[in-house]
Amino acid sequence: MTFGKPLPHDSGPLHVTGQARYVDDVPVPAGALHLAFGTSTIAHGDVLTMDLSAVRNAPGVVAVMSRDDLTDMPDCSPSAHDEPLLAVDRVYYIGMPLFVVIATSHLAARKAARLGKVTYRALPALLTVDAALAANSRFEAGPVIWAKGDAAAGIAGAPHSVEGSFEVGGQEHFYLEGQVAAALPQEGGDMVILSSTQHPTEIQHKVAHALHLPMNAVRVEVRRMGGGFGGKESQGNALAIACALAARMTGKPCKMRYDRDDDMMITGKRHDLRITYRAGFDDQGRLTGVEFTHLFRCGWAQDLSLPVADRAMLHADNCYHLPAIRIESHRLKTHTQSATAFRGFGGPQGMVGIERVMDHVAFALRADPLAVRRANFYRAMRDAPGVSPPDPQDASAKMKGRPETVDLTSRGAQGSTGSHQLPPDDAVQTTPYHMPVEDFIGHDLVAELVRTSDYTARRAAVADWNARNPILKRGLALTPVKFGISFTLTHLNQAGALVHVYQDGSIHLNHGGTEMGQGLFQKVAQVAAGVFGVDPAVVKITATDTGKVPNTSATAASSGSDLNGMAARAAAETIRDRMAAFLGERYQTDAASVVFADGRVKVGGESLPFETVVAMAYQARVSLSSTGFYATPKIVWDRVKGTGRPFFYFAYGAAVTEVVIDTLTGENRILRTDILHDTGTSLNAALDIGQIEGAYVQGAGWLTTEELVWTDKGHLATHAPSTYKIPACSDRPRVFNVALWGRGNREDTVGRSKAVGEPPFMLGISALYALSDAIAACGEGSVYPALDAPATAERVLMAVRRQRHV
Amino acid sequence: MSEIAFLLNGTPVRVAGESPTRTLLDWLRDVRGLRGTKEGCNEGDCGACTVMVTDQDGSKALNACILFLPQLHGKAVRTVEGISGPDGALHPVQQAMIDHHGSQCGFCTPGFVVSMAVAHSDGRTDHDDVLAGNLCRCTGYAPIIRAAQAAEAAPVPRWMTTDAFSLAQISSAGSGGADAPTNAFRPRSADELAAWYVQNPNGTLIAGATDVGLWVTKQLRDLSPVAFLTGMRDLQQIDRQGDALRIGAGVTISALWHAMQPLHPSFAELLRRYASVQVRNAATIGGNIANGSPIGDGPPALIALGATLHLRRGDVRRDLALEDFFLDYRKQDRQPGEFVEAVTIPTDAPNLRCYKLSKRFDQDISAVCGCFNVTVANGVVTAARIAFGGMAGIPKRATAVEAALLGQPWTEDTIATATRAFAQDFTPMSDMRASAAYRLASAENLVTRYFHDLNGTPVSVLEVQA
Repeated sequence: MTFGKPLPHDSGPLHVTGQARYVDDVPVPAGALHLAFGTSTIAHGDVLTMDLSAVRNAPGVVAVMSRDDLTDMPDCSPSAHDEPLLAVDRVYYIGMPLFVVIATSHLAARKAARLGKVTYRALPALLTVDAALAANSRFEAGPVIWAKGDAAAGIAGAPHSVEGSFEVGGQEHFYLEGQVAAALPQEGGDMVILSSTQHPTEIQHKVAHALHLPMNAVRVEVRRMGGGFGGKESQGNALAIACALAARMTGKPCKMRYDRDDDMMITGKRHDLRITYRAGFDDQGRLTGVEFTHLFRCGWAQDLSLPVADRAMLHADNCYHLPAIRIESHRLKTHTQSATAFRGFGGPQGMVGIERVMDHVAFALRADPLAVRRANFYRAMRDAPGVSPPDPQDASAKMKGRPETVDLTSRGAQGSTGSHQLPPDDAVQTTPYHMPVEDFIGHDLVAELVRTSDYTARRAAVADWNARNPILKRGLALTPVKFGISFTLTHLNQAGALVHVYQDGSIHLNHGGTEMGQGLFQKVAQVAAGVFGVDPAVVKITATDTGKVPNTSATAASSGSDLNGMAARAAAETIRDRMAAFLGERYQTDAASVVFADGRVKVGGESLPFETVVAMAYQARVSLSSTGFYATPKIVWDRVKGTGRPFFYFAYGAAVTEVVIDTLTGENRILRTDILHDTGTSLNAALDIGQIEGAYVQGAGWLTTEELVWTDKGHLATHAPSTYKIPACSDRPRVFNVALWGRGNREDTVGRSKAVGEPPFMLGISALYALSDAIAACGEGSVYPALDAPATAERVLMAVRRQRHV
Repeated sequence: MSEIAFLLNGTPVRVAGESPTRTLLDWLRDVRGLRGTKEGCNEGDCGACTVMVTDQDGSKALNACILFLPQLHGKAVRTVEGISGPDGALHPVQQAMIDHHGSQCGFCTPGFVVSMAVAHSDGRTDHDDVLAGNLCRCTGYAPIIRAAQAAEAAPVPRWMTTDAFSLAQISSAGSGGADAPTNAFRPRSADELAAWYVQNPNGTLIAGATDVGLWVTKQLRDLSPVAFLTGMRDLQQIDRQGDALRIGAGVTISALWHAMQPLHPSFAELLRRYASVQVRNAATIGGNIANGSPIGDGPPALIALGATLHLRRGDVRRDLALEDFFLDYRKQDRQPGEFVEAVTIPTDAPNLRCYKLSKRFDQDISAVCGCFNVTVANGVVTAARIAFGGMAGIPKRATAVEAALLGQPWTEDTIATATRAFAQDFTPMSDMRASAAYRLASAENLVTRYFHDLNGTPVSVLEVQA
């Protein structure tokens, strides 16, 4: 069995020697052209004139395209068809593409792109959530409101209450490989696209639409990305479309990659927001009612903002049973980059809100925040399955007859509404969206982490240390994570795979997932190898290709191995079963008794090498190729009402972070982190731990050093690594203990594993509340630290000064 | 320009006909087809393009994205493709990165591997410092550090030691000094530079190119004529002159860091946090001063030390106090054709403390850099030199704060009084690094920190262990 083996990343040897090819590394045919965008320098305004003569005359320029050259402006949006490739009449943010230069080199294109002379009539720019709210500038007609119970009454009738408001910053993906695409024109007008994308089918769809071709005329290939993190779910569309148009126009291969500054100026980031809250609670800190208002700054286009903001609402409970809750979510339209998917997809934003409430409640009660958190936990999982809603109806039937331009595989698409019944609340505790929480393991998991991290003794040690140190203060916090696994757009929860077994016994594996570093390919290869009982090295992992597996969903929502692992297993089992049936007949034995293990096949008392059996099967004219398909069961979701079972299951985890702050400067640092995380029965513990360590550091970065700053004109001032600071090597916790929970998923997932991509990102929230704890140690308990995120040295110092009434 | 000769992965290459500001990264990828070296930021901040460069001073890691081809003349370059053996054998750091799961997306990995291999050759085990200039967005760094530690004990592979011996194969004849064309001059001495610069006062002097590189890669400027200063051995010396140290303008920040460790450990600690290894290996103290940036980290420390600047134009030399060199934002007391030749500092300053405040500890530009050098005798302040970066348009002395301290007893009351003088000295601005309010508040608090620091109270979060 190869399940669970901690094998290294399949591309490790290629990575370390520089042989791993990314899109920009693939040799392109001679005469290839390079593209660059000329972009808007104002945040909002009418484009009056565009004089591009200097651009056209610049050295190396072959052609220039603008609104004047494209009568039929292609759309780049994954949702509302509101993203023209190039500005038509108006510009909506600083960095919006106005024209595209096609030149003989990347540098020539970049130089020429700066020579455009554009005049504008400036219009008022809405840059903040306050400005957008005042102007009623929003996506959808009004706020989305979900409620369960009577939150206002729960707060009014409570012995205690807190309220507050705080800012949560956005986050630049900072994938090390910037956005890049190449278009290679084929015979008959067909197009092959190489793209650094998490969503090849989206690229295929958008390019086909731009070229007025059916999807079968466009093939998209993705071997690997140099990081994605959600930033390559929709943000690569513009480059692929531009390359395809240029390739059609010139007949030459065309390539486009953003310089880092362009990448940060043009593309969307994690949504920033303001969270306002009000909570009522009893003497133990148990919430009797809570209200949240989310003010999401979505930027100029809709992109994936609606499902992102939905997922924030879906994670406003985290691990806590909230009997009465009201969530009001505003998706505000501003003249800034269009905020997009980023690891957690709104989940972190929702979760950081309820953790703020827990922290605030504990402060008000002068209690250990962990005790308050535990007092609010959902009831523990029972052995017997809980009440489940019926399986959803077949969503695909409802999609027939839609116009072909609808982007069905995008998370920005409109979902179908499945019918379901709400479970009775007394049978099992339910989330604010009425989903039964059947698998809650938080009690046991946190108890184990409290023990292994020595939490209780360290809390006392921190208090003791703080009493002895006037300038430096320590803080400690434990925060849990419960993250819902499935695309909330139900029909996306499907995947396909294609497996070939060649006559020499080697295996070719393909599936719809993309590799961005997470080790998906290795995990799926381990699954397929396990079915055949062969070494994973026998399985050739191949580039994601829309010509091999069609209609793929984005590799997103942590779903990659759940969906594609199951699809690959199905494909491999089909072939294995055919081989077993053939052997059963030949050896006059039961096919079910044929065993595939250790590179051999045992049948009727004989043991044959796998490749021998393959050759026999081939000669017996047995098909050795199969597709496989998987659709996640049980899920159903009505996003308008905010009710259903949007998630197949939850993934859990918890982290303890200890920090130290300098009360004179606000400088701060993570000293130690202990994590216990639930990946079910791990498919590959090494890859899972790698995801957890990386996600924690990225999540802590979001809440500490990673600050996006816009000027009052709407110019993003932090558009390069010189000014935007992701964690560096020494920012990781010096003591960093990561362990896996290791119990199987109660749902029937591949190998009983759980998804791992996004959930551990939110373990980073413990760093924010450890800082809050350290700041609180500077005062006498009367002023809540009320720390905004990211908690830069500046914000920490200002919070310390509030403690000291400076 | 004339031919440039260097070793590339052990093989001699000669380059002709390239622009003098062609970067090594572009040339490797576009001309040589060596695409293991990656472009992550094109400004020397991410390390994905790290290469190993060997010269007579040894091997060092440099960022290829802001390294111009003429800077490599007579040197040996090793890219990730050359870190493996000629027969494809993996370097111990490569094997360790595989075994310890040090790569995920793999895009930053070649840069990490080169940084790690250079450090491995030097026997360095301060991995956090060595890798501060390599950003990884996937792993959280923990497995990379585990890999670096695992490879420590492995012997240095034979192929990693050949470059130094092979340098002799590279002839520099006809490619430097007066033989070089004027659009890419390579002086071999300060005298040659002095003569050229008088003739070409609008020329651009390029030492490490860690700032000038960005003029090319980000501002897309054409620089001409240019002079590459890395061949001027006479400006790369540090000379002890009694109780003073004369530091040549061409001394790299890395070399200065080594020199400062025994003399001025707090300045050395500031230099440890000056950008990254790759940048410190290229950047020079002369460039840091002449650049005139209000947020360069060298000048505040040097001013606090009481540094004297040595300028030269042709054969005319003059000295001035370093603080007097900085006149206004990006405006210095420097005549056309005049260049920084050296800076002199005292060897004795036991109370020097340098504090750098930035969003991130490593590889970040200061929001505030405060350097204090106060002498206390019999409980009274007898001398005070305090200088700040990030608080004005230039690196600037806090003269009002100094005045408030001078002659006063060294007590918390005096500190409190001095704190109030900051607003007389500085009216800082708000930008993406910090607000004006934070800059002023934290600068004021740094005097308090300094007081406690000299008293032995723990003041640095960097020194706290879990």
